Amino acid sequence: MTLRDKTVDETPRSWVRAVLYDATIRGWVFQGLVLLGLILFAVWVIHNTAANLRAANIPFGFDFLNMRAGFDISQKPIDYTLDSSHAQAFKVGLLNTIIVSVLGIILATIIGFVVGISRLSNNWLLARAATVYVETLRNIPLLLQLLFWYKAVLSVLPGPRQGYALPLSINLSNRGLTMPRPIAGEGFEIVMWSVPVAVALAWAMARWAKRRQAATGQSFPVFRASLGLVIGLPLGIFLALGAPLSFEIPELKGFNFAGGMVVHPELIAMLLGISLYTATFIAETVRAGILAVSAGQSEAAFSLGLRPRQTMRLIVVPQAMRVIIPPLTSQYLNLTKNSSLALAIGYPDLVAVFAGSTLNITGHAIEVIAITMAVYLALSLITAALMNWFNARVALVER
Amino acid sequence: MSRIETDTVFVRRDFLEPEAPPASLGGFPGWARKNLFSSPLNIVISLAMLFLLAWTLPPLFKWLFVDAVWTGTNRDACLPKDGEAVGACWAFINAKLAQFTFGSYPAEERWRPALVMVGFFVGLAWIAIPKMPRRREGTWLMLTAFPVLTFWLLYGGLGLPIVETSNWGGLLVTLVVAVTGIVASLPLGVLLALGRRSKMPFIKIVSVVFIEVWRGVPLITVLFMASVMLPLFLPTGVNFDKLLRALIGVALFTGAYMAETIRGGLQAIPKGQYEGAASLGLSYWQSMRLIILPQALKIVIPGIVNSFISLFKDTSLVMIIGLYDLLGSIQRNFSDANWSTPSIAPTGLIFAAAVFWVFCFSMSRYSMYMERKLNTGHKR
Repeated sequence: MTLRDKTVDETPRSWVRAVLYDATIRGWVFQGLVLLGLILFAVWVIHNTAANLRAANIPFGFDFLNMRAGFDISQKPIDYTLDSSHAQAFKVGLLNTIIVSVLGIILATIIGFVVGISRLSNNWLLARAATVYVETLRNIPLLLQLLFWYKAVLSVLPGPRQGYALPLSINLSNRGLTMPRPIAGEGFEIVMWSVPVAVALAWAMARWAKRRQAATGQSFPVFRASLGLVIGLPLGIFLALGAPLSFEIPELKGFNFAGGMVVHPELIAMLLGISLYTATFIAETVRAGILAVSAGQSEAAFSLGLRPRQTMRLIVVPQAMRVIIPPLTSQYLNLTKNSSLALAIGYPDLVAVFAGSTLNITGHAIEVIAITMAVYLALSLITAALMNWFNARVALVER
Repeated sequence: MSRIETDTVFVRRDFLEPEAPPASLGGFPGWARKNLFSSPLNIVISLAMLFLLAWTLPPLFKWLFVDAVWTGTNRDACLPKDGEAVGACWAFINAKLAQFTFGSYPAEERWRPALVMVGFFVGLAWIAIPKMPRRREGTWLMLTAFPVLTFWLLYGGLGLPIVETSNWGGLLVTLVVAVTGIVASLPLGVLLALGRRSKMPFIKIVSVVFIEVWRGVPLITVLFMASVMLPLFLPTGVNFDKLLRALIGVALFTGAYMAETIRGGLQAIPKGQYEGAASLGLSYWQSMRLIILPQALKIVIPGIVNSFISLFKDTSLVMIIGLYDLLGSIQRNFSDANWSTPSIAPTGLIFAAAVFWVFCFSMSRYSMYMERKLNTGHKR
């Protein structure tokens, strides 16, 4: 017996049905309609924007980047004066964003790993303290924490004359952290260049030791040797050249310090807030990563005769890092994006300088916001691409 | 075969009472030995932690409670007494509490936002607690009637005096931004997640670009865009509300994050579910609505709640574009000449932190509870 679909209509109009109910055709029609809608929307927006800009008498274009900026920036890693262009201001802002992001990432990683491992400690007090830290700071907005460090802690510090004198001529006051400025003497660049050389040598040595161990079974203290190399080589050259480095000690003159190097309170508040906040997320990531390596792995390593430290280095950490690194990268990206909150406490980052001052002065809202967004977007996309490459490289090769 | 001499064999029928553990292993000393002083390193860590706590907690406690000023009507109460600075200025919070809750909403109309807030929390408890009766009806009520009622009560009209959104403020704005963002971002996130997994190339590209762009930029630039660029995109003369502009920015931004969370859930549904739905003759939307989404959304409830938590924290950013949410209205009062003393900034910020913390922490606990509860079903 055959099943016959009685509803099929054998009339000449059935090709209309066939077209109407064809998933492929319907899909393309639907996509065409969406495309049309988007184009119409874009045309409408562009038309409105053009009309609005004409009414406000702001010509569209990027010429404003070469105009005189005329505002000052409190933290200038490169040359910048009131007469510099907006393009130069953009570079200063971008560099300041990079400075706070890189320092923040380093600090947050250190704190995050320490706290994450502490949460798993068998020391009750330490584990509890780490938990309280994570649960408290994770649930408070970053903006609020930044304002707290800036307004409630740093700005109520005493003035430079009554500031806290720390060792090494460092002084903490409401003007920030004043410290001696290192001045490179003659030949110091040789010392600087010896660092990458030492790193390259250490890398080559590690490769050699690995090959020798594979061939002969003899192990070599790679870690200690490379540590000695990376520290010893530059230090040796430094001493051999007669220590070509001097310090400019800051001195109190009037109401403030003269000379030396100043870390502004805005940057301190940014670093404190952003790294303590991001560290809570990194700590959770690290904890999850370590817990993800099953106990059987370390037991198997012990039964092979590996020592606890070798087990940690060769078995647990590589597997934990595979779990930790992808979310860690997205935390780094979050930190970089969150550094835009600098605006609220007056740290001159990209958003504060460019999307703040430049936008207010020139009125080129579309161009400025587009450039700012493009910078962050490029950063995110590059990181995402690197991450995908890394994931593909370390992914478990399964049967 | 030997006979057992019953009178020489003794079998004890009841158990001996267990001996108490050695004094050094039981009670607090034993616990401390195991958990605090088990190795030289642990001893050092424990002593360092105890020192740290003894060094920080008592002064903090003293500042927060002992030296704090609880009552007062202006800054005189919180000024240093006898040359010594006072602690937290709770009198400031007390005097400004209504402003921190409702902003500059007219005093005689404040029953309206108060009613909305009570209604919101009651409704939320109704839908969120699994044991409540008729939760489905409750959800529909909260999604349809409640927003209309809320808008009418908050904004006015139809017999109620109109209160412009520029007068809204404090916790009210924080909740309005957060709840609108959450409610608007969910359907947007579902559509974008489905779009990203769609087989139609153009739909997929549009969804991917939309999601990645919003996720790649900081919220603050999105808010800037909403407040500066949005007016340029609209026909000349059309000017819409600052709060509404911020809401649009927040909703689009959160929608992109929500889409990625929901996509995770869609990917976790086994292929057999899609095939099963198709073999039953269900259309795409029917299979999504009846088979796939109920399962996918259930898996990602913890992820969605996490998105809510970050959104709730991010609402504080609207302060930067000049809206007075909880943090913004507290910050604005720092410059009130009536109250300006050194201790109000820390007091106000700690108060705001406590409010945000209570909201976020309870949400995260709720998410953990739901995770445990939902974990009972089919595990793959």
